[in-house]
Amino acid sequence: MADLNKLTISEAKNGLRAKEFSSVELTKDCFSEIKKSNKDLNAFVLLTEDEALKSAEEVDKKLDSGEKLPDLAGIPVGVKDIFNTKGVRTTCCSPILKDFVPPYDAAVIEKLRSNGMVMVGKTNMDEFACGASTEHSCFGVTKNPYDLERVAGGSSGGSAAALASDMCLYSLGTDTGGSIRQPAGFCGVYGMKVTYGRVSRSGVTALASSWDTIGSFTKSPEDAATVLQATAGKDDFDSTTPNVEVPDYTSFLKKGVKGLKIGLPKEYFGEGIEKETADVVREQVKLLEKAGAHVEEISLPMTKYAVAVYYITMPAELSANLERFDGVRYGKKPLKDPEDLVDYYFKARGEGFGDEIKRRIMIGTYVLSAGYYDAYYKKAQKVRTLIIEDFNKAFEKVDVLIGPVSPFPSFKVGALVDDPLAMYMADALTIPASSAGVPSLACPAGMSKNGLPIGLQIIAPQFEEGRCLQVASLIA
Amino acid sequence: MLTEDEVRHVAKLARIDLADTDVKRFSKQLSDVLDYMDILSDVDTDDVDMTNQVTGLKNAMRKDEVTNSKSTRDELLDCSELPKDSKQIRVLPAIK
Repeated sequence: MADLNKLTISEAKNGLRAKEFSSVELTKDCFSEIKKSNKDLNAFVLLTEDEALKSAEEVDKKLDSGEKLPDLAGIPVGVKDIFNTKGVRTTCCSPILKDFVPPYDAAVIEKLRSNGMVMVGKTNMDEFACGASTEHSCFGVTKNPYDLERVAGGSSGGSAAALASDMCLYSLGTDTGGSIRQPAGFCGVYGMKVTYGRVSRSGVTALASSWDTIGSFTKSPEDAATVLQATAGKDDFDSTTPNVEVPDYTSFLKKGVKGLKIGLPKEYFGEGIEKETADVVREQVKLLEKAGAHVEEISLPMTKYAVAVYYITMPAELSANLERFDGVRYGKKPLKDPEDLVDYYFKARGEGFGDEIKRRIMIGTYVLSAGYYDAYYKKAQKVRTLIIEDFNKAFEKVDVLIGPVSPFPSFKVGALVDDPLAMYMADALTIPASSAGVPSLACPAGMSKNGLPIGLQIIAPQFEEGRCLQVASLIA
Repeated sequence: MLTEDEVRHVAKLARIDLADTDVKRFSKQLSDVLDYMDILSDVDTDDVDMTNQVTGLKNAMRKDEVTNSKSTRDELLDCSELPKDSKQIRVLPAIK
């Protein structure tokens, strides 16, 4: 069989079990695509071909001996360079971690390893997951597979582009304010942002701890269910993972939407949203209505305040989380000779962080500093409560919410990079769900006239990822 | 509005070395961002509680037992580029 890299997880799983091909062949096809396209796309910042082929061989041996293996066994995956991978360089695409090799695996990586993981490499991202375009990476920007002059989105742009161009069969990302959904939308793949705490974040470098989540990029809702099944659940190493039962996610895929109530937040289709984007999403909603769903317009009036809430609380948390990067316990020593220990910190951090990280650390430090805490941080945490109440009220009336992922499709490389505030607006429709910690699945909804993917997101109440999958499986 | 002196002060609090050209650029960019945050003053939050945690978890407790076997002391020490001494990392003097 040719082009095995184009298969979905479920197709590949079946093919492996039917002995139509081996995991080694599947993995080799991914690497031939990587060798062809990665120099243009810059989706991977590190390739682990030898380890991947070794893992694939092990899976093949077990399959040959008739051993029953998990669904993800032998399926090639791209991993965002923010997940600790034991013995494999993990940089967060920051100069300060340029040569860092972690001594242990992130919890999710451990779980996937026990599922027979075949990791093809580490994917590009905005430095410490801060950005909406992967332009803030010390390895350079990731291009969009649909238009090489445009961005793949961010911060998990490498994972989205790698999957969209069939360099792997699924990939991992993190979503704090939209970093999975937005690049998934820009690259025309499925992007699962889970409920806050659904998947352990242990061993994944923290950005904003009250927002960060772990999720996947996949080519189908079924695949999203498979990856979630393998990664969700309580972990003693992440105390924010609650003891909430993990359901059988595949059981939601064939439920249909008859009688399901879908809310369309009018704020997600109004001012600041490109008409073409809104129209494409509405077309998909019409199909769901035909399939038996009940659709009504609702309002999430606090939507317009979400970006401000996020860009106060996230930098505050980030500035505290990134205090640990001082070039002492890990990370680069400063190149310039420091005078004393404090000067060492100044130089290590001044040399080691890129502009966007410096900006966010300074905003965070400022809003937490004496005299400003009440006006910024406390105020933002209160408005966050009102955003959550918006969602609570909406979910009293409807089962899920649907809207565009982003106000517009992918933008040109360089277009927003010198205007941080304009870049922050790219997250205007993904941040609200993150504020409330609710799950949201980005799905391909259609194409723009310029041939760029447009994504929609399905938002459900906390721990109801199944409902996102239920609706997504009817979107073609 | 964040003046250039305020940018220098905040950078000092955050232990980040900034070049003078950066100070100028960041002063403008950070001012734009902070000015935008004023939008929140439109919202009445007098009787609203702060949200710090979204799933309602409180005080996740565990037994006080050492369970971290994910990495050894030597592996962790090896992460540092600085010299090791008596199973610790040697840094520059904090006090001259």
